[in-house]
Amino acid sequence: MVDMKISLCGVQLDNPVIPASGTFGYGREFAELYDINMLGTFSFKGTTGKRRFGNPTPRIAECREGLINSVGLQNPGVDSVIGEELPALAKVFSKPVMANVSGFSIEEYVSVALKLAAQKQVGWIELNISCPNVHNGGMVFGTDPKQAAEVVGAVRKALDSQKASGGSRPLIVKLSPNVTDLAEIAFACEDAGADGLTLINTLQGMRIDLKTGRPVIANRIGGFSGPAVMPVALRMVYQVYERVRIPIIGCGGVSSAEDVLEMMLAGATAVQVGSANLVNPYACRDIIEALPETMKKYGIETLSDITGGAH
Amino acid sequence: MIKAELTVKSNRQIADRTWEMILETPSGMTDDFRPGQFINIRIDGLYLRRPISICDWSDDTVTIVYKTVGRGTEAMSRIEAGAKIDVLLPLGNGYNTEAENVGERPVLIGGGAGVPLMYCLCRRLVSEGVVPAVVLGFRTAGEMFYIERFREMNIEVAVATEDGSYGVKGFVTDVMSDPGYTSFFACGPEGMLRAVDRAAKADIPGWFSFEERMGCGFGACMGCSCETKYGSKRICKDGPVLERGEIIW
Ligand SMILES: Cc1cc2nc3c(=O)[nH]c(=O)nc-3n(C[C@H](O)[C@H](O)[C@H](O)COP(=O)(O)OP(=O)(O)OC[C@H]3O[C@@H](n4cnc5c(N)ncnc54)[C@H](O)[C@@H]3O)c2cc1C
Ligand SMILES: Cc1cc2nc3c(=O)[nH]c(=O)nc-3n(C[C@H](O)[C@H](O)[C@H](O)COP(=O)(O)O)c2cc1C
Ligand code: FES
Repeated sequence: MVDMKISLCGVQLDNPVIPASGTFGYGREFAELYDINMLGTFSFKGTTGKRRFGNPTPRIAECREGLINSVGLQNPGVDSVIGEELPALAKVFSKPVMANVSGFSIEEYVSVALKLAAQKQVGWIELNISCPNVHNGGMVFGTDPKQAAEVVGAVRKALDSQKASGGSRPLIVKLSPNVTDLAEIAFACEDAGADGLTLINTLQGMRIDLKTGRPVIANRIGGFSGPAVMPVALRMVYQVYERVRIPIIGCGGVSSAEDVLEMMLAGATAVQVGSANLVNPYACRDIIEALPETMKKYGIETLSDITGGAH
Repeated sequence: MIKAELTVKSNRQIADRTWEMILETPSGMTDDFRPGQFINIRIDGLYLRRPISICDWSDDTVTIVYKTVGRGTEAMSRIEAGAKIDVLLPLGNGYNTEAENVGERPVLIGGGAGVPLMYCLCRRLVSEGVVPAVVLGFRTAGEMFYIERFREMNIEVAVATEDGSYGVKGFVTDVMSDPGYTSFFACGPEGMLRAVDRAAKADIPGWFSFEERMGCGFGACMGCSCETKYGSKRICKDGPVLERGEIIW
């Protein structure tokens, strides 16, 4: 028997496989297909203070080994998530879920994070300061070490103030690859009180339709993800691992059990799977089922042992 | 929704740039299919699946008809009988013909790649004892298909071609003049749908099937959303069929 358990900021997971935010909704569509309790956990759709429709369509463009999206944080707003999505989720998922939080101001990040951290079902807050698809928000905070530290520090302080009432949670910060020195931003987040990091959100990209001569995506530029970005994600996890002591969730292009091992060797404690869920709705189930065999093939008995093994 | 590997029974060209593919299905799979639903096809070498409407089905087959417009559909046209393809199906809400009050004389309006869906719907309505009128639009006579199949059901078919090479020269709206229609169903390019909405009498119910670029096709990514009068809807899951009264043009 191989051991796939890992510990993420003090919470035990049965395995390191976590569907990434924005590719798994609030779990519903997938719970109809397989028992999602087999997942380590999952990160739900980026949630903001108010309902957002997001960007105009087309929002999706095909790329070689990947796609570009410009959904723009479409979500029903934090109050609907708490009132409707979480109760529905409780019926099909009994593990702690990762709450992906977005915002356009520090106040919004703090208030959404506090509301979600107060929910029993929520195991971690994943602060998305890296969405490339909204103006004046998201990524602005994630591309400058000072601003990143400010928003992380503010959310940290707010969460700490709720410790006594049980309304605090580990704080994971999701970073953007669209920067020159990610390690520096990662370090600033750790310093400001982050308990973990998710690397990476999408890379900015675009496609042009030859028939019209215009960008395919209505917003012109979107976020690039899928197998094509994995070498970039891997390199970033590898570099950041050398600069911080907090756990890293590796994300970007992961589509197979082999990819999971590669991410972990680079320095990841756990792994998120995004785009793969869209083209194969069973991707995470398939990866988890293939992990034991793949571990055996490479002589791995305890999965958590390999984190950072490539250094 | 099911993810299945289906065997291609046949894949043949039926008109210019237009192909018909028949897939073998295990028994029971097609039992709950509805007109207006679609399948999402994985194609070797391409990352995203391609959505194509269900055109027809039997106990052990499902038929799709597609136009070759780009890399994906061109690659599909090269798939040979006997090959296996990975599909998700059935997807989307589809038309609920039983629940809706279509009246005695619904009109089905299909443009180009929207024609296969109208064939599917026509068969369903005829089996329910309703005799719809059918209005089809094509670019040119060489791209026409399935006209005879509609006529075999004793259906009156009016055809418009953009270049006038067959039927009336113009668009579907030029041949949907009957004031007696009790409802309509339309599928085709968005410009056509808009024109149909304007041309149809204001007091009859109507349904449209929309297209949008899709990331997943089953409701997970929010890639295909549109705003309606009743909030935002995902074309792939809450659509592709939307009711006339909810659409914000
Ligand atoms: C619900 C639904 C049902 C459809 N039914 C049919 C049908 O029965 N017959 C038929 O011929 N076509 C149908 N289409 C359109 C068909 O999906 C596109 O023609 C096809 O995806 C084009 O792929 P491509 O690789 O050849 O073209 P490319 O232009 O190379 O495709 C690039 C990307 O854009 C997407 N795309 C391009 N055109 C469309 C479009 N019109 N709608 C949605 N996505 C598009 C592709 O899926 C792909 O991701 C349907 C579309 C939808 C959404
Ligand atoms: C359609 C889509 C929507 C996304 N929405 C979010 C989101 O709301 N919040 C977030 O933090 N990341 C979002 N992402 C980014 C993914 O979570 C992930 O970081 C990225 O896609 C890279 O991983 P992948 O290559 O496995 O997809 C989204 C990605 C896609 C493709
Ligand atoms: S295409 Fe993903 S939600 Fe519709």
